[in-house]
Amino acid sequence: MTETNIGAPVKRVEDKRFLTGRGRYTDDLNQPNQLYASILRSPHAHANLKKVDVSQAKAAPGVIDIFTGSDMAADEVGSLPCGWQIHSKDGSPMNEPGHPPMAVSKVRHVGDQVAIVIAETKSQARDAMEQIAVDYEVLPAAVNMDEALSGKALVHDDVPNNMCFDWEIGDKEATENSFSDAHKVVSIELINNRLIPNAMEPRAAVAQFDPSSGNYTLHTTTQNPHVIRLLMGAFVLQIPEHKLRIISHDVGGGFGSKIFHYAEEAILTWASAKVSQPIKWTAERSESFVTDAHGRDHETKADLALDKDGKFLGLRVSTKANIGAYLSTFGSSVPTYLYGTLLAGVYKTPAIYCEVKTVFTNTVPVDAYRGAGRPECTYLLERLVDKAAKETGIDPVEIRRINMIQPDQFPYQTPVALQYDVGDYPKAFETALKASDYEGFSSRREKSEGNGKKRGIGISTYIEACGIAPSAVAGALGARAGLYESAQVRVHPTGSVTLYTGTHNHGQGHETTFAQIVSDTLGIAFDQVEVSHGDTGEVQFGMGTYGSRSLAVGGPAVLKACNKIIDKAKKIAAHILEASEADIDFKDGVFSVSGTDRELAFGEVSLAAYVPHNYPIEELEPGLDENAFYDPLNFSFPAGCHICEVEIDPETGEVEVTDFTAVDDIGRVINPMIVEGQVQGGVAQGIGQALMEGCVYDKEGQLLTGSYMDYTMPRADNLPNLNVSTESVLGASNPLEVKGVGEVGSIGAPPAVINAILDALSSLGVEDISMPASPSKVWQAIHNA
Amino acid sequence: MYDFKYQQANSQDEAVSAQSSAEDGSFLAGGMTLIPTLKQRLAQPSDLVDLSAINDLVGVSEEGDSVTIGSMTTHASVASSEIVNSKIPALAALAGNIGDPQVRNRGTIGGSIANNDPAADYPAGCVALNATIITNTRKISADDFFTGLFETALEDGELITAVTFPIPDRAAYAKFPNPASRYAIVGVMVAQTGGETRAAVTGASDSGVFRSTDIENALGDTLDASAAKAVSISSDGLNNDIHASSEYRAHLVSIMASRAATAAG
Repeated sequence: MTETNIGAPVKRVEDKRFLTGRGRYTDDLNQPNQLYASILRSPHAHANLKKVDVSQAKAAPGVIDIFTGSDMAADEVGSLPCGWQIHSKDGSPMNEPGHPPMAVSKVRHVGDQVAIVIAETKSQARDAMEQIAVDYEVLPAAVNMDEALSGKALVHDDVPNNMCFDWEIGDKEATENSFSDAHKVVSIELINNRLIPNAMEPRAAVAQFDPSSGNYTLHTTTQNPHVIRLLMGAFVLQIPEHKLRIISHDVGGGFGSKIFHYAEEAILTWASAKVSQPIKWTAERSESFVTDAHGRDHETKADLALDKDGKFLGLRVSTKANIGAYLSTFGSSVPTYLYGTLLAGVYKTPAIYCEVKTVFTNTVPVDAYRGAGRPECTYLLERLVDKAAKETGIDPVEIRRINMIQPDQFPYQTPVALQYDVGDYPKAFETALKASDYEGFSSRREKSEGNGKKRGIGISTYIEACGIAPSAVAGALGARAGLYESAQVRVHPTGSVTLYTGTHNHGQGHETTFAQIVSDTLGIAFDQVEVSHGDTGEVQFGMGTYGSRSLAVGGPAVLKACNKIIDKAKKIAAHILEASEADIDFKDGVFSVSGTDRELAFGEVSLAAYVPHNYPIEELEPGLDENAFYDPLNFSFPAGCHICEVEIDPETGEVEVTDFTAVDDIGRVINPMIVEGQVQGGVAQGIGQALMEGCVYDKEGQLLTGSYMDYTMPRADNLPNLNVSTESVLGASNPLEVKGVGEVGSIGAPPAVINAILDALSSLGVEDISMPASPSKVWQAIHNA
Repeated sequence: MYDFKYQQANSQDEAVSAQSSAEDGSFLAGGMTLIPTLKQRLAQPSDLVDLSAINDLVGVSEEGDSVTIGSMTTHASVASSEIVNSKIPALAALAGNIGDPQVRNRGTIGGSIANNDPAADYPAGCVALNATIITNTRKISADDFFTGLFETALEDGELITAVTFPIPDRAAYAKFPNPASRYAIVGVMVAQTGGETRAAVTGASDSGVFRSTDIENALGDTLDASAAKAVSISSDGLNNDIHASSEYRAHLVSIMASRAATAAG
């Protein structure tokens, strides 16, 4: 059985249905009498809605009804809520303007919802949509952040200068003092490019209202069904939880973009009651580009103070973060507590101060995207450290060694709130240097130069905080929800198990990983465990999957529920074996009386629990079904070192990533094959951000990168074979000793790539390059140098 | 997409008559541009006349010193054709690098040149190889066929049936792809046929494929790659977009021409 235990590279059980076209995606689902919706969206970035005339469209063939924002307002439908309240420096709460599911008086970005057309077929809905006459009074748009902060165009009339909040963290005075003591100050200005998430499956929803019971069911492509139920039910539609069921079966990738409660979910659920028929909506890819929350989009200035030996004394950071037209569900937490709190990185910098101005613009809302805040932080730090190495003349390896937190310093209190529990950063760092043959780089460079190419090597170290918990800490920082996780282990009479997890599997492999935990802990066969997720009608509760939290927070809940099962089963076994509970040993699925050959198999005990003929019925309830909630003591802190090597064609500016080494400390590894895949996928996205992906709006707020003709996604042939390994120190903040792996690739990779490019081009005099480092941009940098 | 009438033609005559009798008929070849355009509701033809069942529009043949490719021959078939690979390997390589496998197995040479996308590969191949475009009514030299951005010499209802390529002494195509779409940001086909050197450029100009006499003069009879690289191309009239400035494109014309010349040997 060891080939399926914790630590074994078990093949993903969910892949068979995905690869044979048998997944249950939202758009696969059809209900009797189902109608289809098309959503009319604003073609303008900013306009007053003078009139929306639906009369002609309503008469079009097949149309059942058409609704606008005014119809929803008349029903007192609420505003889409933001799940995290941030306070500005002066103590005032963030500006939280209303976010109606459909625009009422004004549209605020290209893609903003204006009307929903419900018809018998998809094409009828689409045809009718073209007959809606909208009178837009086009307004000047606030597109870039400086423009927005000037306040000339106000995205929300009640938010002066478009400032959502002006936040700070760290000790400003201590940081300023560190600069006055500095031997050297290194400064950098950079942009973290705006990204458009591109899950393979576009968002979709099927909403159904049952007039007989008054119950609502919404199938939707979400990463966290219970959170959608809470947010949409309590804040938007005033439907209590027991009358609202959210189902999210298979989801074809999320990367954060499916965390949020989206307008379409509320619009469809509300409209399904208006027409008393099920309604389906599936985003077209071009809709996804203008409605799925975007990621990143920071502009940052930072200074690093160093002493004469290259030790970091202080770090000062000033960031502007684009929040888009509306506050998305977690938009406010990303550029703050997921960003500023990580600015120590793996370094001993004693004084850090960071301020973040968050700005509304007439663009798609910006929220968490794989890494969420931590890639922005890591990119800033590691670019700055490389620049410091260059300006001080200290080797980039050496300057990192000098400043790295040492293994004997844990728990390590950073100057920006977090306390790192455990780690060994030098170990992963040195391992990565060896694995990448860092020493041998110069001979590889020589060879490239011989072929007319420029070669560079770049290092990035990172730390991230995973789990987004404990609840009390998150709550103190402004989270409007608890961030625990729950699990239910239901042992069936013959000993097989269904695990209900509140996390959500949309590509992570939970059905395999969690089954390994259950199978190993209960000592039962791997194929005797089924993992169920995604249905609020089945799963007790959950906070969903994001922030690499599933294993770090959801995993211990599974373990805890399994241990409750074992505790109860021991009592049952003790009764049947006529021994005291203290004498019952449990190992490999067998309960035995210590020191004897009397034993019971797991299935015999479970059967006794459901057929309680010989059972301690006075002390114990029948059944074997346990629920557990787990709230961690601290975040978990994965860390690591990524090293990238590039070869650049100076004639064309084309960058080839020739080698990429990732050494990650992610704590205990449950399934090394899934871990390798997670790192590979994350690194691919990180290389994508560094070299290819970049969202571009024109000055009127039109999206220029609104399709794959213009938005560059990384493809397999853009990537080398990735040299991925783990160098783990067991996690100290949860009983599974895990840390989280979902985001490490997209966090660690971008600065390694850009540092490599700058290393390659430094002999040509190139000192800066911005992401994405497209061939045209690299050529331009060489040309201008 | 909007409703349209679909007709499958079984012969060239049937196709031409179906198209001409339609109110606003359009031929459907591989559909690699037309279908996405319809799906985005950017076109509204009354009729689509599908050419895929017309057998005599498909295939590659060699006659004397030229190779003829039927207009409905897919890029994948051209790329894997023994005749094309042995007589004009540069053209096989060009076809084998269009789009992705799905596009190459649906998209056709006739569809591509009739569309004349300013960043498509085939126009550069046709012009540099001095091809002749054969239609149901006439023969048009490639020089006269490509008339501007998505514009060709084709009359309404005129059907491309084949393209004839003289077999060159040597030729090669070098393409610098747009990282997103993988159309050419700049693609240069260099060919020498019967003593004449031609260099045709796609992707760079907003009016589509063009011959660069500066490059051709620099290449000369010896296909001098370093001379081509040294040519300074004017950026006037070249495309300028979020992927590449006109200066970058101008620079790439020389570089790609030089690389094509080197590859042509």
